[in-house]
Amino acid sequence: MKKPLLLVSLCLGIAGFVAAQGGTVQLQAAGATFPAPIYTKWFDAYKKINPKIEVNYQPVGSGGGIRQLIAKTVDFGASDGPMTDEQIGQAGFKILHFPTVLGADVPSYNIPGVNTSLKFTGKALAGIFLGTINKWNDPEITKANPGVKLPGEDIVVVHRSDGSGTTYIWTDFLSKVSPEWKAKTGGPGTSINWPTGLGGAKNDGVAGLIKQTPNSIGYIELTYAIQNKIEFGDVQNSAGNFVKATLASVSEAAAGAAKDMPDDFRVSITNAPGKTAYPISSFTWLLIPAQIQDTGKREIIKGFLNWMLKDGQGYCEGLSYAKLPPPVVAKEAKAISLIK
Amino acid sequence: MTARTIWRKSLNAVMLSLTGVCALATVSALFVILGFLAWNGGRSIHWTFFTNLPAPTGEVGGGIANAIVGSAKLLLIAACIGIPIGLIGAIYLAEYAGATWAFFIRYAADLMNGVPSIVIGIFAYSVVVVTMHHFSALAGGFALGVMMIPVILRSCEEFLRSVPRSLREGAMALGASKWRTILTVVVPAASGGIITAILLALARVAGETAPLLFTAFGNQFWSSGLNQPTAALPVVIYNYAMSPYEDLHQQAWAAGLVLLGLVLVTNLLTRVVLGRQTAQGR
Amino acid sequence: MGTLSTTAGPARPVSRTQALLNLLRDGDELAHAVTFAFAATILLITILLIYELWINSGLARHKFGFSFFYTSTWDPVFGQFGSLPFIYGTLVTTAVSLTIAVPLGIGAAIFLSELAPPKLSRGLSFIIDLLAAVPSVIYGLLAVFTLVPVMRSEIEPFLKKTLGFLPLFKGPAYGVGFLTAGIVLAVMTVPYIISVSREVLLAVPQDQREASLGLGATRWETTWKVVVSYAGAGIMGSIFLSMARALGETMAVTMVIGNQPKVSASLLSPGYSIASVIANEYAEAAGNLHLSALTELGLVLLLLTLVLNALARILIIMTARKGSGVQG
Repeated sequence: MKKPLLLVSLCLGIAGFVAAQGGTVQLQAAGATFPAPIYTKWFDAYKKINPKIEVNYQPVGSGGGIRQLIAKTVDFGASDGPMTDEQIGQAGFKILHFPTVLGADVPSYNIPGVNTSLKFTGKALAGIFLGTINKWNDPEITKANPGVKLPGEDIVVVHRSDGSGTTYIWTDFLSKVSPEWKAKTGGPGTSINWPTGLGGAKNDGVAGLIKQTPNSIGYIELTYAIQNKIEFGDVQNSAGNFVKATLASVSEAAAGAAKDMPDDFRVSITNAPGKTAYPISSFTWLLIPAQIQDTGKREIIKGFLNWMLKDGQGYCEGLSYAKLPPPVVAKEAKAISLIK
Repeated sequence: MTARTIWRKSLNAVMLSLTGVCALATVSALFVILGFLAWNGGRSIHWTFFTNLPAPTGEVGGGIANAIVGSAKLLLIAACIGIPIGLIGAIYLAEYAGATWAFFIRYAADLMNGVPSIVIGIFAYSVVVVTMHHFSALAGGFALGVMMIPVILRSCEEFLRSVPRSLREGAMALGASKWRTILTVVVPAASGGIITAILLALARVAGETAPLLFTAFGNQFWSSGLNQPTAALPVVIYNYAMSPYEDLHQQAWAAGLVLLGLVLVTNLLTRVVLGRQTAQGR
Repeated sequence: MGTLSTTAGPARPVSRTQALLNLLRDGDELAHAVTFAFAATILLITILLIYELWINSGLARHKFGFSFFYTSTWDPVFGQFGSLPFIYGTLVTTAVSLTIAVPLGIGAAIFLSELAPPKLSRGLSFIIDLLAAVPSVIYGLLAVFTLVPVMRSEIEPFLKKTLGFLPLFKGPAYGVGFLTAGIVLAVMTVPYIISVSREVLLAVPQDQREASLGLGATRWETTWKVVVSYAGAGIMGSIFLSMARALGETMAVTMVIGNQPKVSASLLSPGYSIASVIANEYAEAAGNLHLSALTELGLVLLLLTLVLNALARILIIMTARKGSGVQG
């Protein structure tokens, strides 16, 4: 009968799949969408240099990265919101943070007729995202933008619907500049109870919603705004100046932290001092378990980290991320030896 | 003719034509769907689309090669779970079962059929992913296989029952035991319907996205074997549709066209074949 | 094993191999056992599924009890989880979809069963069955790029202008929201209503129609007052069936509902459904309580769909019995 032949070819097919790519090692990683453009570029480039090493990075959001790392379903994670002590405790094993690049959250908007960079005070942003400021021509916004004709339309707020480090950075900044925000929402977090707005999944989803929805505003990483040609505004920093997110202004925000980086690399640089520092900047981290049983995987991860600190940094500028400050790079290079 | 009669007659004409409009509207929906997909997706279909791996975020030129292969692998695993349990279970229900067991098993299958696919995803996550400690094609295939079981079970049971008694009795009169009768006479007689049921079940789960979100997870590269996460066509469509990049939107349309094409062709072929089979079978 | 010996001689001890050969030759006991084992796995899987859902939702069930069902806050930071916005969103989108799909579906089913010649009826039904085979994510893809912009720029502003005094149509025209999700669901569920209703209508005995026409009723009056009401229970069954499907739809809804867990009277506002929040948050639930709350939502969804499916089946069977029971 035809059936045994079918069965045999089925089994051979399965065997073929199983045997495919003999010798290639594939590591699993998941986490932040904030650095996804450069991480996916890195892992793609790394594979071209080391054809037998693949790192499957799934940008599912920082929340997902942390959670899957704790559940040990991935080899390492990535997040722009550093893990809290409570989360590390929940994991039951030691997790090391390795900063990779510097990036920025920018307030991106899509207002028909407005093609310039708007200036936002911290108070304005907090009010918009709290829902207390709900029209574009609200005085809090117009007074910082005297020359611009803002419509009397409702503001459509767009935020993340998934657990996000980008949200963490944004809410970290808002909590510092608005006591009302902190009281109402409880301070920085990857998943908060948003008072208003539409939810989009990942930086991609938020960027997509902003692009398609007139009179909308949302927070996305700088690279997404640039790659998708979405207008974004300047934010008032702690020195009172309205600063646009650029590689220079982001690097300046990290200057203080570069000198006083804590040993575990967990630091917040939002609302950093500095005349031209961009106030919603942040490091983003790879979350690596301190103990990796599999020797092969351990060596691959350490090898990648070393590459990332040297050659990897060369990709930053092309993708609108700022490089790590040299003191941080040096400190990290030493910390790689902590992975056993 | 009274006014009332005129009213009744006009109402008659109006309502009946409205029903025709309803039918037309529903039927044209399919063509609208196909039209949009063909228009938007057809433009992006070229050779590299099928052979390239996905590009890094923001770059153009990626393809869905690993998603197509990944979906095929998931369907293979699903078939290995769904077909044996569904078919052999159907044989049990049609040939051996007593009233009580039959009731419970059919009830359980109907229950399973009504479970929303996202809940099946939760189930597969807690049973396979957590146990194995990683996402995998196996977990995704398991979720899809579980969804296939009730569909195959119910259809196959009907086809098996529809095999005429005379065939069975003839075999038994020749001295074959019951299991030999089933294996060599009943199942082959119902084989057209069984294959149809299997293909339709495969077409149905090929388009499922929700159960794969946290089981097969996703892969930028080729996934080898059963234990690695894998990209899948419906998940890729979902991710690309929700992204802001124009290039990915084009890819989503094209991938959607491919998926819908496969599903519709399978449905068309099996129904046409089944139609011919049952016409010949008498 | 029971091979009955036809001779009445003393029982000879049977060797192991002989016993095995007997088993295989007869085989029926074995076959019965094997097929039963496979069939029983279905039972096992179902029980395991319910068990897993129950156990994994335990944390949330114990913490919140019944307040889970009437609290609106969904706050992972403060650890407060209430399911009201999701149940509300699921029910509202389903209600909107039914409002559109039921008249459309029954109308089409009537056309197919009463008016169309048999060949046309079969051909059109075939096409409608194909519609049911279209994957959810494809509907979502179309909705995001074609329906949402139209809703945002044409339909919702129109509704606001004409019916804006109703609380149902207040608020900005986002394009995404309950209404859009309801429309997508309507298109997805109408094939189920049509296919079941058509069969149920076809099964109504012809003499019912003839009697009515014989009494002077118009075609429409016969259809509506006699045939449809005769098949009423079955049509209700088809509606419940499509409700059950609409409740569990994940992808198409997630892509157009707006993902905002708020209870709002306006159909134009963004919302959230049970299936959508699970799809968005499950892979990254921050902490065990969050995960447990999501699992509890899954349990709620499962219960809702099971109840509806059961009701649907009962109603459809009732109609079938009615049809076959009545003799002319």
